[in-house]
Amino acid sequence: MSEAASHHDDHHDHHPSGLMRWLTTTNHKDIGTLYLLLALVMFFIGGAMALVIRAELFQPGLQFVQPQFFNSMTTVHALVMIFGAVMPAWTGFANWMIPMMIGAPDMALPRLNNWSFWILPFAFTLLLSTVFMPGGAPAGGWTMYPPLVLQTGAAFPFLIFAVHFMGASSIAGAINVIVTVFNMRAPGMTLMKLPLFVWTWIITAFLLIASIPVLAGAVTMLLTDKFFGTSFFSAAGGGDPVMFQHIFWFFGHPEVYILILPAFGIISAIVPTFARKPLFGYSSMVYASAAIAFLSFIVWAHHMFTVGMPLAGELFFMYTTVLIAVPTGVKVFNWVATMWHSSMTFETPMLFALGFIVLFTIGGFSGLMLGVTPVDFQYHDTYFVVAHFHYVLVTGAVFSLIAATYFWLPKWTGHMYDEKLGKLHFWLSVISVNVLFFPQHFLGLAGMPRRIPDYSVQFADWNMISSIGAFVFGFSQLLFVVVIWKCVKGGEKATAQVWEGAHGLEWTLPSPPPYHSFETPPEPSTIEGGMR
Amino acid sequence: MEPDSRQAANRRTARKLLLVTCVMFGFGYALVPLYNVFCEVTGLNGKTGRLNEAQAAALTVDEDRLITVEFVTNVNAGMPWEFRPMVSKVQVHPGAETVVEFEATNFAQWPVTGNAVPSVSPNTAARYFSKTECFCFTQQHLDAGETRQMPVRFVVDPKLPEDISTLTLGYTFFESLQPDETAEAADPPRS
Ligand SMILES: [Cu+2]
Repeated sequence: MSEAASHHDDHHDHHPSGLMRWLTTTNHKDIGTLYLLLALVMFFIGGAMALVIRAELFQPGLQFVQPQFFNSMTTVHALVMIFGAVMPAWTGFANWMIPMMIGAPDMALPRLNNWSFWILPFAFTLLLSTVFMPGGAPAGGWTMYPPLVLQTGAAFPFLIFAVHFMGASSIAGAINVIVTVFNMRAPGMTLMKLPLFVWTWIITAFLLIASIPVLAGAVTMLLTDKFFGTSFFSAAGGGDPVMFQHIFWFFGHPEVYILILPAFGIISAIVPTFARKPLFGYSSMVYASAAIAFLSFIVWAHHMFTVGMPLAGELFFMYTTVLIAVPTGVKVFNWVATMWHSSMTFETPMLFALGFIVLFTIGGFSGLMLGVTPVDFQYHDTYFVVAHFHYVLVTGAVFSLIAATYFWLPKWTGHMYDEKLGKLHFWLSVISVNVLFFPQHFLGLAGMPRRIPDYSVQFADWNMISSIGAFVFGFSQLLFVVVIWKCVKGGEKATAQVWEGAHGLEWTLPSPPPYHSFETPPEPSTIEGGMR
Repeated sequence: MEPDSRQAANRRTARKLLLVTCVMFGFGYALVPLYNVFCEVTGLNGKTGRLNEAQAAALTVDEDRLITVEFVTNVNAGMPWEFRPMVSKVQVHPGAETVVEFEATNFAQWPVTGNAVPSVSPNTAARYFSKTECFCFTQQHLDAGETRQMPVRFVVDPKLPEDISTLTLGYTFFESLQPDETAEAADPPRS
């Protein structure tokens, strides 16, 4: 996207052109673009799988696919969306924006940066190739619980190594972000002046390096259980399959904040811009994010209330889980307080941000319901859980990613996007996504189980409505591609500030920004001016 | 900062973070023994206790209380054994040692080695249920067609909470992944 940007300051880099340029690039903007493109492609691949699932569930009975393939779709859809779409998209935004936001010329470790991106296409080639293998793709769920996952056929080692590669990539990306923010900030850019997107990403990066290695350990144990005669999770050899669930969710709960914390940073950038008011409660946002990160490591067993825990354990995990609502509530109140008595306008990024605040909060509330042990016994493994995590991940993480794209697209390309199409994209998305996921709450409460291709007839109506919503939502996202494409190709010239209420160092650079962001650090007065 | 010193600082920070990554990878593995120790200390997960004869004999028998102990047996999918308790339940006084027999038959045309994994429910009672002798302490090797009776000697701790009057002892036989011919001498897979 930025190759049109001037190369006037390329005094120490020589750039090959064409494919080699992208393979060998160490530039933070190029790598950010690559990450975002990969995420977009994966979003559509994962989305196509979701539509296979919703097509099969349109009516009771088996219509289109075999149960085994259906289960492959739910499994691979989850892995692709989590590790292929949302996580790389966040790393893409980190690459593009963090150096510009902290007044640095580039990321701290550019070669590592190149590696951490180029591992990913290999990882996803490994994972997606399993769909065409005899025995099929992994179908035991993205949580990979043994002993079921050990029944995976030839795809099993591909699954494990794909997870290893994705993990290695995200750890490398996280290390890069931390080193960049700790060592590359412009003079005068103190920690408590960092934009919240940088803060939430730093906390995310620490979550990544603390939790992804634990996942790597867990899947390595699965691998040695399957092929090398260990029995970590095999009762026959003295192991325990429930132990896998503990280790997996020790990673898995921090993982959900890895997916959503940067979204809090995005919303904290967009709402003040379009409300034309400084963010309410900046420091409480920082402390709330840190509190959420800490709590995320001591709540994991709320995913496994039904395995048979003693009362004390269930109470502990219930209370700590419900406690997370406090710092999360602080954030939502801060956003609302920022908008209070402000002069808001409703451009597309703001619309998606407002959609996020309302719908993510609904997802948060259903999460609270699931965190309450006695009722979780009823909700566990039903569509209520599916509705909950799609509210926090689709109308949460994905909406904020879309909002962020609209927000910074003029900065990246130097052109304004088509506001009419953007608004159409928002209204189609926000209506269809609720038609898609809201009925799943009812299905779950009525007892419809997850991950089953068929269902009893009393669930038929809501499933049909949900599937209609899914197809409208899925195809609406093609509009997003059209808007991006048009914006890259041309359009009204964007100013440096782009949005009237925008503050922060990235808006002091021209649109599109130069290839290297801040060759000379910005003046401390510019940093003060960027503070809101 | 000079570019060179900044690069050195970057590498130092990156190395520290890499170290954290490696420590956390190790921590994932450390969760395995931690988990087992945690379960043994708390008796969670239905893991039962083990006593020697002297310890069991030292318990005082509570003649006023009768506890019902039920037996449940399972054979893991695909294992060619039949496995059952000789009695489905017994009534015992806390503190008194009791012996019950279980019987396993290998229907296969080949020898099979199995591990029995015990579990007590309710799991809060597991720490009060101890065995002094059990076929689950070692692997069991049955020749083709062989039938064997196997004793379990257990004692219920008199400190068992008042509100518990029925315990269920479950066993599941798993085909051993590493058949061990010197099973009797080997470490017990599970206590
Ligand atoms: Cu969780």
